[in-house]
Amino acid sequence: MLDLFTEFFRQVAEENPRWNFIFFYQEIQAGKIWKGIQYTLLLAVCCVVSSMVIGVLGAWLQRSKSMLVRASVQGYIQLFRNTPPFVQLLFFYFALGQLTPTYSPDGWLEIPIISNVGWAVISLSLFAGAFNVEIFRSGIEAVPDSTQEAAEALGFSKLQTYRYIVFPLAFRISLPALNNNLVNLVKTTTQAFAIAVPELLYQCVVIWNDYPSAQYPTMLLLFVVYVSMVAVLVFGMSRWETALRIPGYDH
Amino acid sequence: MQLSDSWSPSDPIVSIKNVHKSFGALEVLKGISMDIMKGEVICIIGPSGSGKSTLIRCINALNDIQSGSITVEGQEVHDPALDKLLLRKKVGMVFQQYNLFPHKTALENVMMAPLLVLKEDEDEVEARARKLIKKVKLEGKEDNYPGELSGGQQQRVAIARSLAMQPDVMLFDEVTAALDPETVKEVLVTIKELAADGMTCILVTHEMGFAKEVADHIYFTDRGVIVEHGSPDVFFDNAKDPRTQEFLSQIL
Ligand SMILES: Nc1ncnc2c1ncn2[C@@H]1O[C@H](COP(=O)(O)OP(=O)(O)OP(=O)(O)O)[C@@H](O)[C@H]1O
Ligand SMILES: [Mg+2]
Repeated sequence: MLDLFTEFFRQVAEENPRWNFIFFYQEIQAGKIWKGIQYTLLLAVCCVVSSMVIGVLGAWLQRSKSMLVRASVQGYIQLFRNTPPFVQLLFFYFALGQLTPTYSPDGWLEIPIISNVGWAVISLSLFAGAFNVEIFRSGIEAVPDSTQEAAEALGFSKLQTYRYIVFPLAFRISLPALNNNLVNLVKTTTQAFAIAVPELLYQCVVIWNDYPSAQYPTMLLLFVVYVSMVAVLVFGMSRWETALRIPGYDH
Repeated sequence: MQLSDSWSPSDPIVSIKNVHKSFGALEVLKGISMDIMKGEVICIIGPSGSGKSTLIRCINALNDIQSGSITVEGQEVHDPALDKLLLRKKVGMVFQQYNLFPHKTALENVMMAPLLVLKEDEDEVEARARKLIKKVKLEGKEDNYPGELSGGQQQRVAIARSLAMQPDVMLFDEVTAALDPETVKEVLVTIKELAADGMTCILVTHEMGFAKEVADHIYFTDRGVIVEHGSPDVFFDNAKDPRTQEFLSQIL
């Protein structure tokens, strides 16, 4: 069965010089693709999770009494929302990467404590996090003051009011917008290619540099993988939305 | 436990003395004073914008005041050193718009504050919450969300939610104003029973019949001052001030 499969694509490659699905019949190339998919998933999961943490934290800090704290969050949002994520990534990796300390496990090689994967996660999370802060903030603003006041009158602390009342309601309101932003984030992880994170796009480029005939097939593969990943994300998010739906309540 | 050691139950449980309150340049309360004894039911009436809501919101420190004093069980409410939590354990509040937590069931709404704020035992809290829901005649609605309840039912959950904290004083701010005429009654009955049980109640209301029936004392406010006050009989039949007379003639 598997033989038939690989044989088929070998055949296709021979007959069509531009459609060499080499990763379907050459184990080394398949290995690269698999490694790429793993890195892409790693990036996507880390960035989605940490950008959401940033969003929640930022939205909480925006309610701070301190002008300075609020201004800092605002500055962060403006900076990361209004500059290209690609430039952010390059700046983080090349400029900030220069300044980070290194360690040397064998006393010989200097290894920066933050790897290129680390920088990609940091930079992309901060980028998407800036949007998430805004998304959560508008969700929070949609929670009526009177509801918070009721909690306050019952003796809830500010933190309890946020944690048990404001946030759960704001989160539900924010989910559709969050959904969009996370889909964008997942797609933007391909930019980590530029700082040599061995994610899927990077691996594909490696393959088609060696085998130009494999260029279109790897592009197709990229589409298929990303469509599936986004589909899984959207499916998960909509399941979540359904699970959180409150009977009789529409904001 | 009472808020202040120097307080004895024969002293006013809530004492308001010459309270002034402004929002920016707008002075809303211009020297309000009243004493409320334990177990008394007080109704505050008056035209829209006269500062009724502001006054009762000052009692549980949802609003601050510029001068004067408000004490609950002898404790100054606006003392910056006072832990607000202690105050809110003693003073419950019910709002015009119910303000239930929409993502929690009726039962959870009632249980939440005792669990989170008082950190009481869950089984105990649940038993008490179920009893309270029964008391406000909502048996069977425990697992419904606020969005699935009528206005009157939501308001009764809100009352139960406040009572779950076992307060000594209850504040009601026009709690029937958002309700249909038919459902107003069910909420008023609940409050009446509460008053009969000896709860100290401070109500802002436009339900004159109800005020007449349950109130021990009625205060009429206009433009930030108490124009007139007295027992319901005296107040409704022998109002002296022309402003009170005009208000009553419009509303009755
Ligand atoms: N947070 C606020 N900021 C500024 N002004 C306020 C605020 N709350 C109330 N006011 C003003 O204070 C005045 C008194 O308001 P309040 O809500 O106490 O009146 P009320 O007697 O409860 O009226 P109603 O019967 O309509 O509820 C009004 O003029 C109102 O505009
Ligand atoms: Mg009012």
